[in-house]
Formats: sequence, C-alpha cells, structure tokens
Amino acid sequence: MSEPFPASGALPNALIMTGRSLRLSRRNVDALLTGLALPALLLLIFVYFFGGAINTGTDTRYVTYVVPGVLLLCAGFGSAGTAVAVTEDLKGGIVDRFRSLDIGGTAILAGHVLASVARNLLATALVLALAFAIGFRPAATPAAWLAAIAVLVAFILALSWLSAAVGLLAKSPEAANGYTFFVTFLPYPSSAFVPTDTMPAWLATFSDHQPVTPVIESLRGLLLDQPVGSTPWVALAWCGGILVGAVGLAGVLFRRRVG
Amino acid sequence: MSTAIEATGLTKSYRAVPVLRGIDLRIPPGTVFALLGPNGAGKTTTVRILATLTEPDAGTAAVAGYDIRAERSRVRRAISLTGQFAAVDEGQTGAENLRMMARLAGLGRAAARARAGELLARFGLSEAAGRLVRTYSGGMRRRVDLAAGLVGEPEVIFLDEPTTGLDPRSRRELWDIVSDLAARGTTVFLTTQYLEEADRLADRVAVLHDGVIAAQGTAAELKSRVPGDRLDLTLTTSDAYLRAAARAPHATHHDPATRTLGLPTDGTARHVRALLDELDPGGTEVARFALRTATLDDVFLSLTAPGPAVAHERTTTEEAPTHV
Repeated sequence: MSEPFPASGALPNALIMTGRSLRLSRRNVDALLTGLALPALLLLIFVYFFGGAINTGTDTRYVTYVVPGVLLLCAGFGSAGTAVAVTEDLKGGIVDRFRSLDIGGTAILAGHVLASVARNLLATALVLALAFAIGFRPAATPAAWLAAIAVLVAFILALSWLSAAVGLLAKSPEAANGYTFFVTFLPYPSSAFVPTDTMPAWLATFSDHQPVTPVIESLRGLLLDQPVGSTPWVALAWCGGILVGAVGLAGVLFRRRVG
Repeated sequence: MSTAIEATGLTKSYRAVPVLRGIDLRIPPGTVFALLGPNGAGKTTTVRILATLTEPDAGTAAVAGYDIRAERSRVRRAISLTGQFAAVDEGQTGAENLRMMARLAGLGRAAARARAGELLARFGLSEAAGRLVRTYSGGMRRRVDLAAGLVGEPEVIFLDEPTTGLDPRSRRELWDIVSDLAARGTTVFLTTQYLEEADRLADRVAVLHDGVIAAQGTAAELKSRVPGDRLDLTLTTSDAYLRAAARAPHATHHDPATRTLGLPTDGTARHVRALLDELDPGGTEVARFALRTATLDDVFLSLTAPGPAVAHERTTTEEAPTHV
C-alpha cells in the first residue's frame, strides 16, 4: 500500500506548531497584555520606586544598571507562559490528535518554546524602547548588541524549555502557573538589581554562582561596553546545560504523561 | 486487506486493576462497528490501544493491515481518532484548525487550504470557517473536530463517544456524517453508551462488560437473545393486581407499586386478547396495556447487570453469533 502523503519532517512540523502557538498567543488577549504590560511596569517600578534608594557603587545611572536585570525578569515571566500553554494542551484531546498524525512530542513542545521566544523578544523590544525613553544610555557597539541578544535568546530558550517540562509535571494550568515561580524568582538573588557584595555572605555566594548572574553580567558588560572576559561563555554554557537537561527531562515526562 | 481491525487477546491493567481482560475483534473494511458499554467498561482504553496511543499489556492487533506495535507510524497515518475531548484549538478559527491539521498530515500550503475548504463545506461549516472555535456551538465543535480527523483521508476512523453531550438535532447530523463516511468505504469504529446510536449506525455491535466482550453480532442478533415482546398490564386497584398476579404464574415482570404485570407474548392480536381474557375475565380490571418490543437496552441491561446474572450471561457468550 502506498503512503497517502509523504512523511513530514520534524522541522517543518515544529514550524507549523510554532505558527499555531503564535496564533493562540495572539488570541489570548489577557495573557498577551499582561505579558507586555508587566515588563514595562517592572522597569518603571525599579527605576522610580527603588532606583533612588539603591547605590550600585558605580557612576552609572540606575536605569542603565537595572535594564539588563529587568530584561531577565521579563524573560522569566514570559517563559512561564510556556508551562501554562503545555498544560492547556494536555487538558484537551489535541495532543492525542497530534500523536495520531504521528507528530512527536518534541515538535509540539518546540512550537510552544519558539513562540515563547518570539513573545519574549517582543516584550524585550518594548522594554528597551521604554528604557531609552526614560534615560537608558548603553554604550554598546553593534557587535556587542548582537552578542547581548544572543545571550538573552539562549537564556529565554533554556527557561522556556524548562517551563515546558514544568508544564508536563503540572496537573492543571493553574498549578503550572504556580510552579513557574522559581523561574521568575531566580533573577532576584543575583546581581540583577543590586550588586551582590551588598548581600549577606551566604546569599552573595549563592548569587555569584547561580546561572542568572553570568547572564546578567554578560548583558550589562556588553551593553555598557565594559570588559566581560569569559563571562558570556559561562552564561552560554549555563544556558546550554539547562537547555539540554530540560529537553531531555521534557522528553521523558512527555512519554510518561501521554504514553 | 480482509479485515480493517483485527485484535486477539488484548489485555490492559492500570495499577494492577484489570481494565481489559482479553478482547478479540474482527472488523471487515467499510463497515461500522459499535463498541457498547457502561462508563468505565474499558471502551476508551480499547480505542487508545487500537489507535497506538496506549500499549496493551498482552495480545496482538492489526489496524488497516499494520501491526499496532511494530508498525505504529503506518497505523497512525492510516487512522484518525476523535475522542471525548475536543481535539481542536478554541483559539483558532475552524479554517485555521483544519489547515494546520492538513499541513501536519503532510499537505503543501495550497493543498491544505483546498482540503480545509472542502471539509468545511462538507460539514456545513463554510460560513463559520473564519470564526474562532471558541464561539461554536457544541454540535459545530464536534463537526469541526471530526473534520480535523479526516484531513489525511484515513481508512479507519475511531470515534470515542462522538455524540455524548450533543443535543438531539446535532446528534442526528453526526449520525448522517457517520453513515456518509461508511458509504464512502471508510471503516468506522465507534464507542457509545447509547443503544439507539449503535442500533441506528452499526453493522455490528459488541457489548463490552467487565473487560471482556460479553456479546457481539448485528443489532438484530443481539436483540433476539433476550426474550421477545412483552405485554405490560396495569391493573385498576391493588386488589385487582393481586388477583391478576395469582392467575398469571408465567408473568416475568412484577411491579406492585405501579400495579403492573409483564407477560411474554408473540405480539399477535389473538395472543394479546387471550392474555387479557385470562387475567381479567370480567373485562373491568385492566386499566391500560402496553406492548413492548425488545430493544438493545434490554440486551445491554441483561448483559451488564451486576451479580450472578453476569456469570450466566458470560457462559452464553460462547454461543454468540460467529464473526462475519
């Protein structure tokens, strides 16, 4: 018997799934507005509420110091939406339908992750535009901008896959939303908002060695045209490690959840 | 391909609780097969195994000629599954859902668009094509869901409780769609709790109970296995009821609360008249009568009754009509 249709590849399928997730994001007006408004609000809160009282120990204006941190915080919030989207899928029958079309779990999850990256980049652009309007003045060369964006995309990619895995663990979209707190919380104990040497010693030690700190230091260094040394590579290694771990974990969880 | 679906000895347990305890099926191509059973009988598990979404613990099965374990991919490309939960996105329009499914089934952009348009027209959804599925009625959702399962022109279609929760009109529309599919040569495997549905649609019916096929055959064959017609007589008073009951030791059905007696009959006027004369010689004590024809409900209830009756019915399974 001949195949009714040629087998589609994993990559085209992942792209079709990305288109789907983007359409769904666009229609989910509440989530979209929150996803775009929250980052902007966070930036304003940090700059105007806390900024006046925070001494970063440098002569950089606080808005310039804090923008990379706000970008990461937004990446955390934005990626968390992936967990909810994955759980929503599992709630209905659509995953079974995809599987009966022989679409693998990786393509389904990759669609959500790539859509998350796109949503996050939109939010990032918005935050940057607002930041420029209220006095953010980076000194980055075009090459440094590209490097900074690469680090940020790697971070978003890693967090989104991790969120997808969390979504596979959660029993309901509400639970998924709750579980992602650790992702959104991680930027706080880092140098994102205040220099780590202002923290208690034990917290500073944690902050200096957690994945968000090299990411934030890379972004800040690159954007402010300061020497970054090997920090971007450390950041990319962290993101790569999280990504590989999350993809593997998500694969196992997907098979266990729907198999 | 002589059989569209063939299964032998399928078993499945969840956490040591047996759900299926040895299912055998042979379904010829181009026919409609209904798997009937109460909630929790294992209907969905059977469908999921045949659709390669769940692995059986033991047993073998082939769907569209492909082994469900060794040739899982080929099975998936030959079937479609419409389950109890809508498998379309509420946040996409009907047309977007169908185009996406067509693209995932391997069609190019233009072909996917054409296929989506054709299916929307066939299912009476052309006007609603550009609306989000979120705004659809229950019947429209079920139709777009079914349409989404047909983009790849499957040979075998699994419908898991396709009309559960639908209003009578939508149910009828869905029945027409299923009949139309069968007329086009597609094999349809549906599960249902509604006897009327199985009676109306299916060439063959199997009753699933307690993890085994308790009976299978055509609807007519199954109906012939329960006692035929029954005459229900409602008496005017309780005293009249007791007198009539005393005169009718062969009554099969007693209901003092409604003062009703049920007696087997062949349904002819002569026999009914004789029964009336026998129980009510004065012609004043029977208030109403009703003639009941055996329905699949009777079959279903007698086969799935809890308690000793089940053991009895089980033994009669061996005499069930042979496979087509």
